[in-house]
Amino acid sequence: MAEFFTTTYLGIGLTIVGQVFLIVIPLLVCLAFLMYADRKVWAAVQMRRGPNVVGIYGLLQSFADFIKYIVKEVVFPAGADRTVFLLAPMITLVLSLIAWAVIPFNEGWILSDINVAILYIFAISSLEVYGVIMGGWASNSKYPFLGSLRSAAQMISYEVSIGLIIIGVIISTGSMNLSDIVRAQDGAYGIFNWYWLPHLPMLFLFFVSALAETNRPPFDLPEAESELVAGYQVEYSSTPFLLFMIGELVAVVLMCALVSLLFFGGWLSPIPWLPDGFLWMFVKMLFVFFMFAMVKAITPRYRYDQLMRLGWKVFLPMSLGWVFFVAFAAKFQWFGGVFARWTVGG
Amino acid sequence: MITFAFYLFALSAITGGLFTVISRNPVHSVLWLILAFLSSAGLFVLLGAEFVAMLLIIVYVGAVMVLFLFVVMMLDVDFAELKAEMAKYLPLGMLVGLVILMQLAMAYGAWDANSGAEARLQAAVPEGMHNTEALGMILYDQYFLLFQLAGLILLVAMVGAILLTLRHRQDIRRQNVLEQIYRDPADAMKLKDVKPGQGL
Amino acid sequence: MEEMLREYLPILVFLAIAIALGLILILAAVVIAVRNPDPEKVSAYECGFNAFDDARMKFDVRFYLVSILFIIFDLEIAFLFPWAVAFKDISMVGFWSMIVFLIVLTVGFAYEWKKGALEWE
Repeated sequence: MAEFFTTTYLGIGLTIVGQVFLIVIPLLVCLAFLMYADRKVWAAVQMRRGPNVVGIYGLLQSFADFIKYIVKEVVFPAGADRTVFLLAPMITLVLSLIAWAVIPFNEGWILSDINVAILYIFAISSLEVYGVIMGGWASNSKYPFLGSLRSAAQMISYEVSIGLIIIGVIISTGSMNLSDIVRAQDGAYGIFNWYWLPHLPMLFLFFVSALAETNRPPFDLPEAESELVAGYQVEYSSTPFLLFMIGELVAVVLMCALVSLLFFGGWLSPIPWLPDGFLWMFVKMLFVFFMFAMVKAITPRYRYDQLMRLGWKVFLPMSLGWVFFVAFAAKFQWFGGVFARWTVGG
Repeated sequence: MITFAFYLFALSAITGGLFTVISRNPVHSVLWLILAFLSSAGLFVLLGAEFVAMLLIIVYVGAVMVLFLFVVMMLDVDFAELKAEMAKYLPLGMLVGLVILMQLAMAYGAWDANSGAEARLQAAVPEGMHNTEALGMILYDQYFLLFQLAGLILLVAMVGAILLTLRHRQDIRRQNVLEQIYRDPADAMKLKDVKPGQGL
Repeated sequence: MEEMLREYLPILVFLAIAIALGLILILAAVVIAVRNPDPEKVSAYECGFNAFDDARMKFDVRFYLVSILFIIFDLEIAFLFPWAVAFKDISMVGFWSMIVFLIVLTVGFAYEWKKGALEWE
């Protein structure tokens, strides 16, 4: 029986499909509760009660929303390009989902262990801009069009810094495989071996760039209600809108996973004598998501010229300078080789 | 399995290319071109060149095609006019197409691969090393000059883009962040002790 | 080679499943929900006004400049990836050649800054 799943084509195919569902279904279920948590945090900061009617403490709110989305009418705006109009939310959802194929959840718990994993994620996130541009263009309406342009320019501006920050981490590790990056952070001092300590400035930069890349507040300019109504999503209704929303939230959770893998040691335990495991990864992701939710609740929105200035004039020079710094520190073994993790073993 | 994947990607690359040419709407053309690029990335993966595949997606699809989309969306193209123009250049275009076709045919018919080339193509990854690492080992010292040349080309591109597109508007107020930060109460406000009923 | 490709197979399967999921969700709404469009409902949203003209208009050339600059920096990052991966085994020449490359591009960046290309007006 075990042979069937490792040798025959059908068996291998079924195994893969099973594994994919093993990622997708828990992810989507978690997503429902994360959306609820996001709203609850937001409400708590503003001293409101948040969703509290559907289910105990409103826990089933997201599922009620889901049903509501499905039974609503799909409105195609006049003059819309229907194919592209439906393609845009599809692209957003599909891209944000398939990036999860290379995320390791625990030692060996990974769907496809490719050598260029981080490059793959970088490629996928650089494609995510298409959902936004196509959605805005296909609607044939002014607010979506302007919103999508802004959002596209914003996403590509912050992608540069994300790329440069990732380079620093790769120099320290010597591999683009996410499991290798986590293993390189293993060591005798637990939490102090992780990359957040040597790469501390970049942790903040990455976090803020992740906010901008996923169009989260305070960088949610495309959806600035006061100026552009809802940006590129104005004309969307029903499940196409739902796909946009799921896609965006999955991208946010992916960024949480990336922060925990790159800077917080993934599944490694913070205290050396406790066992490593998936639970740590989960806790770290939750923590980063909580930070995302808090930022949403407590920061005012940026103005567009300030946003571009921050991206190009602050983040880009800082991350470029950091690449220089890490390169020299790793090559000449400054600070006892903390930037050259391959020399200290692990 | 690999053969199946090859035909899948090859077919979608050709479809993408074909529809890029025959689509009426330029935005659709760009989208079809993206499909063609993605399928070629798949073909590169099948060859074992993972790094090149990812680079194709990051650079071409993630950056160049975004620029294309901006351009296509920005240009208010008049399609009737464009069609008239096309008829004028059709003979020349056909000629260029014919020349390329003949070159391809000649290459296919007369070109003989070096005996070792086939084997080397098969081994895209040297023993005990990842594709990317192998590239990194030779790109920066063995091909030092070419690499620096690429850097200079990028510099020229940067300067050229700015010279061509940058226009400053005069009637505009800019934010000077440093000035704002260094403003303090001492020089920003003046406290006056106003007696009631007397004014200043 | 075979093993490498086998790692990519799940991505292809994942892609297919993700597309299927998206299609199912869209089709679900099309099948379940009612559809009765009327001219008011499908007109483009413009804060209660009737739409003036075509929404696909010309826009600022600055977006174009941003995306060109993005391509250039993206290529720079693309050159950095193999260097960063091979960092531990790379020769001194390789190390310094990248530093020179980065300095050349930093000069370009300084030029941009000086010219005010990074300013959004």
